[in-house]
Amino acid sequence: MADFKTKPDELYKSIDHTPPKAGWMDVPAQFRPGNWCYPAKPEVLDYIGFPNGRKWSPADEDWKLPENWKDIIHQGFRERLEKFRSLKIFMDVCVRCGACADKCHYFIGSGDPKNMPVLRAELLRSVYRKDFTTAGKILGKLNGARVLEEDVLKEWFLYFYQCTECRRCSLFCPYGIDTAEITMMARELLNLVGCNINWIQEPVANCQRTGNHLGIQPHAFKDIVDFMVDDIEEVTGKRIHVPMNEKGHEILFITPSGDVFADPGIYTFMGYLMLFDAIGLDYTMSTYASEGGNFGLFTDNVVAKKLNAKMYAEAKRLGVKWILGGECGHMWRVINQYMDTFNGPPDFLQMPKSPITGTVFKNAASTKMVHITEFTADLIKHRKLKLDPSRNDHFTVTFHDSCNPARGMGLLEEPRYVIKNVCNNFYEMPAQTIREQTFCCAGGAGLGTDEFMDMRMRGGLPRGNALRYVRDKYGVNRMACICAIDRATLVPLADYWANGVDISGIHELVGNALILDGEKEREVDLRQEPLPGKEG
Amino acid sequence: MNAFYSLIFVFALVLIALFGVGAAHLSYFFGVILPLAAVIVFIVGIVLKVLGWGKSAVPFRIPTTGGQQQSLDWIKQNKWDNPSTASQTFIRMVFEVLFFRSLFRNTSVSLRNEDGVPVVAYSSAKWLWLFALMFHYSFLIIVLRHLRLFMDPVPFFVPVLDFMDGILQIGAPRLYMSDLLIVVGLSFLLLRRLVVPIFRYISNAADYFPLLLILGIALSGIYMRYFGKVDVIAIKELTMGLVTLSPKVPAGIDASFYVHIALVSTLLIYFPFSKLMHMGGVFLSPTRNMPNNTRIVHHENPWNPDVKPHSYEAYEDDFREHMIEAGLPVEKQA
Repeated sequence: MADFKTKPDELYKSIDHTPPKAGWMDVPAQFRPGNWCYPAKPEVLDYIGFPNGRKWSPADEDWKLPENWKDIIHQGFRERLEKFRSLKIFMDVCVRCGACADKCHYFIGSGDPKNMPVLRAELLRSVYRKDFTTAGKILGKLNGARVLEEDVLKEWFLYFYQCTECRRCSLFCPYGIDTAEITMMARELLNLVGCNINWIQEPVANCQRTGNHLGIQPHAFKDIVDFMVDDIEEVTGKRIHVPMNEKGHEILFITPSGDVFADPGIYTFMGYLMLFDAIGLDYTMSTYASEGGNFGLFTDNVVAKKLNAKMYAEAKRLGVKWILGGECGHMWRVINQYMDTFNGPPDFLQMPKSPITGTVFKNAASTKMVHITEFTADLIKHRKLKLDPSRNDHFTVTFHDSCNPARGMGLLEEPRYVIKNVCNNFYEMPAQTIREQTFCCAGGAGLGTDEFMDMRMRGGLPRGNALRYVRDKYGVNRMACICAIDRATLVPLADYWANGVDISGIHELVGNALILDGEKEREVDLRQEPLPGKEG
Repeated sequence: MNAFYSLIFVFALVLIALFGVGAAHLSYFFGVILPLAAVIVFIVGIVLKVLGWGKSAVPFRIPTTGGQQQSLDWIKQNKWDNPSTASQTFIRMVFEVLFFRSLFRNTSVSLRNEDGVPVVAYSSAKWLWLFALMFHYSFLIIVLRHLRLFMDPVPFFVPVLDFMDGILQIGAPRLYMSDLLIVVGLSFLLLRRLVVPIFRYISNAADYFPLLLILGIALSGIYMRYFGKVDVIAIKELTMGLVTLSPKVPAGIDASFYVHIALVSTLLIYFPFSKLMHMGGVFLSPTRNMPNNTRIVHHENPWNPDVKPHSYEAYEDDFREHMIEAGLPVEKQA
């Protein structure tokens, strides 16, 4: 948060939802520090084969666009209208009823009318009308149409990188217009002329080469896991074995690399490893497919497919029966709604079946990939885990539904069931901020970067305020989530809007409560903080 | 300004019809040619638009899930907000199309300061849902009632509808509730755009125009029935002539009828080229009309691009020595 100095009170007071006098077509995009992300480095774009890599800044007057950029966009638009019925329908049917307007976290926190999903989409629609509809060609501005000029492209860049594709607006839209879909299309168009951001493209490049967004190479990956095994031993007295790149196991486990890399994700990762040890799971991890997440989704559907393909490729190479996936948000949007279409169906895999309980995961019959909270909830239901929830008694917990598992999947009860079985103190945030109505962390879809902190804190207001409410009312000091991006972005968000609340994954809490065979009497939790009653 | 332009345009349409029939004696044009042309544009326009949508691929199954997924047997699925089968999806669509399910969820946000504590509050906001439903259903009932002018014999349900709509037995001719409610509904939809700043900000001429146009249709219809008391027998002669394609224009039809039919024709012509196509689009919206079952049943992308991942072999070639050193298994020894 280096350059971001605004205090929460000042920021809150500065929010004004009154639109400006001038019509939105007459208000040019304003790039100010904190509301845009750094553009992709040329070498990164070159590596992934994207056009127009160059040094530039959105704050510059000249964006160094290719000479025929208008044609490129026009052709790209036309092609996508044929390829995506969603785009065509969403361009045509909006009635601008405004039901979506105050559903966007960025609008709530910024008051910028172009953050209303309806206007965000109109940025694209206005050009669609001019280029592809008779009425727009004839009536022009009167029909909400306008010519694609450089200022319009700048607006696209600003506002389609101020959308986290969280789909909250889509839930409320009477026609199901999905701004995530519109943003994806707009970002694909922007990619064609080299207007994209580094926080997305560099992880994509990393993932392609090293197998994960963070660029962790295989030997380093193993080192990190060994460190965590050491830490688990320190806490539990038990040394556990983590199979890596090994053939002949039953299950391949894939989790977002954020879990291996940074606090507090690493504690969740430790929780997975302890769980697998406790039940004697026959599994392996992979360094080649060491990324559950998929920043390709924030880039382009072809790139998303390409990155995703490693999962099945590795499952095939290692000869596993099915795949288990860790806690991650957009990863599960991809697995639940895209993976089978991208790269499936994987006929070389078998119907996922829990080796411990015998439960067949029928809802993964084709994709053959199961969410870890589905898996763990089933274990708990069948009483296969020895748990001591009192080891989490120093936490009063709430749960943040991550956007994608909530609105792109419907994974609502499974995580709650797990939390309630491993924690004694659990309270929900207000109903309008959880489950399918959940609010974004404001750093998803590749926007979780520090230079974007002003918009992140603004967009984080709805989540932060709901968190503050349960903190003050119930003494909540821990917000659990099932997303690696959340575990990175909610930490500054909570510090800012609801100071005193820590963030963790669910399997960190599982790891705390889980009693391993042969473990020593635990004094500390996975963060090596004293357990309740062991403080002295 | 957008509202003003739209209003001017609707007034102009009214005047053109009045002048056209009154002074220029163009009753055949307004009574026969325009409505027939309008119907053709309406039907052909809608068919082309829907075919155009249908032509585009549906590469991915992307429902917006509004409740618990199908999961373990002991977890209750929210089948209507997160369907996993075709029949559940059908019910979701029924709720969406007939009862505006998503709009029913609407909330309104307000930022408050309570004793120095910032409070982001959400309140239920069902007004839009209520008045939208009122408008759409009134319109539907009115359209169905009008079948009595286009069918002979009149289908059984039309007199029933007529009776129910006028069941309050107020005035002569009896007041139709739908006439009242459509004006109330339209007025609300119009006023919220004019009064609430953010809705005024997002409203185009294309938003005011259909509201004012339909209001004009409703008001001209109301005038004809309750005030002008026009000759319905003569009008039916004209409308039946249109349906049977043996057009005739009986004498003695009030000018208000030509205003009404000119506005209706404008609506029909405008419809396929405008946001009014949401009527058709709602059925095709991929976030609503698809089940959330891509993990269960394969969905095929007709243009699935042929791309391969960066291969394991290339990966191992890149890092083999490090992997061996770290004790990771490799396919090929160095």
